[in-house]
Amino acid sequence: MVSRSFERILWPALTAVLALVVWHFAVRWTKTSVFPPPLAVAAGFAELARRGVLFRYAADSLFRVVSGYGLALALGIPTGLLLGWSPTGARAANPVIQLLRPISPLAWIPVSIVLFGISNFATIFLIFLASFFPIVVATMNGVRAIPVMYLLAGQNFDLSPAERLWRVMLPAALPQVLTGLRIALGIAWLVVVAAEMIAVDSGLGYLVIDSRNAGKRYDLVVAAMILIGVIGVGLNVLMRRVERLRSVRWGFRAA
Amino acid sequence: MSCSGLVMLLVLWSAAIALAGNTLLPSPWSVAAAIAELAQKGFLVKHVVASLFRVTWGYLMAVVVGVPLGIFLGWRRRAEMALAPLLELLRPISPLAWIPIAILWFGVGDLAAIFIIFLASILPLILTAMNAVGSVTATHWNAGRNFGLSPVDLARKVLAPAILPQLIVGLRLTLGIAWLVVVAAEMIAVNSGLGFLIIDARNAGNRYDLVVAGMVLIGLIGVGLDSAMRRLERLPAASWGYQTPVEAEAA
Amino acid sequence: MKPAAELVPDRAKLSIRGLEMTFRAEGKETRVLHDIDLDVREGELVCILGPSGCGKSTLLNIVGGFLTPTAGSVTIDGEPVSGPDPRRIFVFQERGVFPWLTVEGNIGFGLGRLPEAERAKRIAHYVGLVGLTGFEKAYPQELSGGMKQRVEVARALAVNPDMLYLDEPFGALDSITRLVMRSELLRIWGAERKTILFVTHDIDESVQLADRVIVMSARPATIRRVVTIDLPHPRDLSSRRYLELRDGIFEEIGLAHRI
Repeated sequence: MVSRSFERILWPALTAVLALVVWHFAVRWTKTSVFPPPLAVAAGFAELARRGVLFRYAADSLFRVVSGYGLALALGIPTGLLLGWSPTGARAANPVIQLLRPISPLAWIPVSIVLFGISNFATIFLIFLASFFPIVVATMNGVRAIPVMYLLAGQNFDLSPAERLWRVMLPAALPQVLTGLRIALGIAWLVVVAAEMIAVDSGLGYLVIDSRNAGKRYDLVVAAMILIGVIGVGLNVLMRRVERLRSVRWGFRAA
Repeated sequence: MSCSGLVMLLVLWSAAIALAGNTLLPSPWSVAAAIAELAQKGFLVKHVVASLFRVTWGYLMAVVVGVPLGIFLGWRRRAEMALAPLLELLRPISPLAWIPIAILWFGVGDLAAIFIIFLASILPLILTAMNAVGSVTATHWNAGRNFGLSPVDLARKVLAPAILPQLIVGLRLTLGIAWLVVVAAEMIAVNSGLGFLIIDARNAGNRYDLVVAGMVLIGLIGVGLDSAMRRLERLPAASWGYQTPVEAEAA
Repeated sequence: MKPAAELVPDRAKLSIRGLEMTFRAEGKETRVLHDIDLDVREGELVCILGPSGCGKSTLLNIVGGFLTPTAGSVTIDGEPVSGPDPRRIFVFQERGVFPWLTVEGNIGFGLGRLPEAERAKRIAHYVGLVGLTGFEKAYPQELSGGMKQRVEVARALAVNPDMLYLDEPFGALDSITRLVMRSELLRIWGAERKTILFVTHDIDESVQLADRVIVMSARPATIRRVVTIDLPHPRDLSSRRYLELRDGIFEEIGLAHRI
């Protein structure tokens, strides 16, 4: 019998190899001159790294995400706590949230450009919008799902409202909030790339669209896409680490 | 009560526009007029239908491929181990980043947009179905096996009903994503649909009343799709799954 | 000396020999069951009694065919157990009730092959037997814990199995419902005479129900003692013999029955 930890590496490795082989031969057999084989993409990576674009564009994208997401965090968590606490507030805000949520953050691009011009702020505003609503909704639901007993116990020990918020509601809601935060960060990363394809002239999204428009460099397009995927996985892993901290682990099912 | 938030939004909005004086951004009333104008010229129906058409095809194809694949991956642990990292790598890539490739393979047009919607929908669907299968409790599996069910019957009588509630939620959320993405894709890849309406209204003459009109329509249709899907959650075959989440955790 | 839980082989319905179970998880080996020998007669009600986490549920899961033992054999009617079997139904603590089916649907779950009329008749019979008449169309989440437990027992009985395996079936119920359920089980057992294996950590429960109580040790579980309960049903819970037997087990486990 093969051990489980070994299988955890074996199967994904086999898939990766198989995917690369299929990709390579699919390109060869279809005799396409536009779509790059894996090796050309690797060369594309090297070229980007040499030109210094690789690091700079990745940093640009990450900077936008961190700023917009951080802003959404700072405003979204208090808003969510408030709406979770006050049913009246939630009922008033809910239709607005429901209406705004299905609007693609990218649909705000024209508005964003009017407000901030073509600049980093325009993109950061889009990231903010994209992550703000998921954070608010997750926090609100997290607070609402707190068992009444906890809140009553908090009252029983004569905590002030501020203490109840800080010592009961926030820790109790934290696991669910963190899941929301992780999902919101994923969305922010999706959106920054999309926004960069339209609104600015740097970043990984711009790299994708520019490599195509300027000379059909599909090797660079695919290299950029892979980099986007890898960074996205990294962000997700980072957030999952946070979920494994002892102060919140109780809220997640043993995996 | 539930309308007070919307009313407040409208009041604040018009007040902000009035105070700002000369601005490109429209007031609620000019947006309403813009929607009427679109309806009159027939653009309204044309763009809405174009967007819905793309969403429908891309989404349905993703359901047909993604749900069975996700169920399979959830059922076969080795298959899941093999494919999960690949799925994790693809997930954070914005569907829009595929636009160059979509255009390369399918040309500029509906097919490229449908492909983007398909890509955007299939990953969340696979993951939902996979997780739903994973959360079927061992007790329910064992009970089914104890009564001597064949694998086919086990799938039909235990697996299918057990995953339905989670699956329906996943279908609803994914339709939301598909709707988000079609609008974005239309801003880049095609020349019809609500996304195109927004970007075109801005580029051709800064008609911000039309921009916001497009956004309002997107929001309304999104809410409509969402509540239509919520209907499904109220079916008895699904509604049992939303009442006591504690039940599933206990096992 | 090992306690004798063995019978003359040809009289045994269920026969366990030299059973060992060791779990491996992340490089750690946990020995759960050690050298278990046990025979159960046709129609007997045997309670397996032990502290929580001692491995008695593992034993029942092996007998039920859901787990494969590390060593040793389990035979029923002379045939080795190779997997779950509809002739022998496992009753989980009410968690095995399918939440997506009504009471009727759950009880009829194992009756797929019967013609519709026969099926309806059987369902009606067992709904009545466990006292759920009037709740046929109810979904599990509308039922109390005791009612759900009865649905599971009825679902098991409906397929007319030879044996029932009950894994702490009343553990999640309040003490009054638990008493009611015990006498219900005895009533049904009296009517249907199934061979029953009943896992519990409740000493009183085992003495109230069983023909024989198999007392297990803590992990790795071995059979410490087999106590034959020579009391006729219905049992008088304040009779001297009942108290004697119960106190004997209390002492065996090392608990003083004084609080």
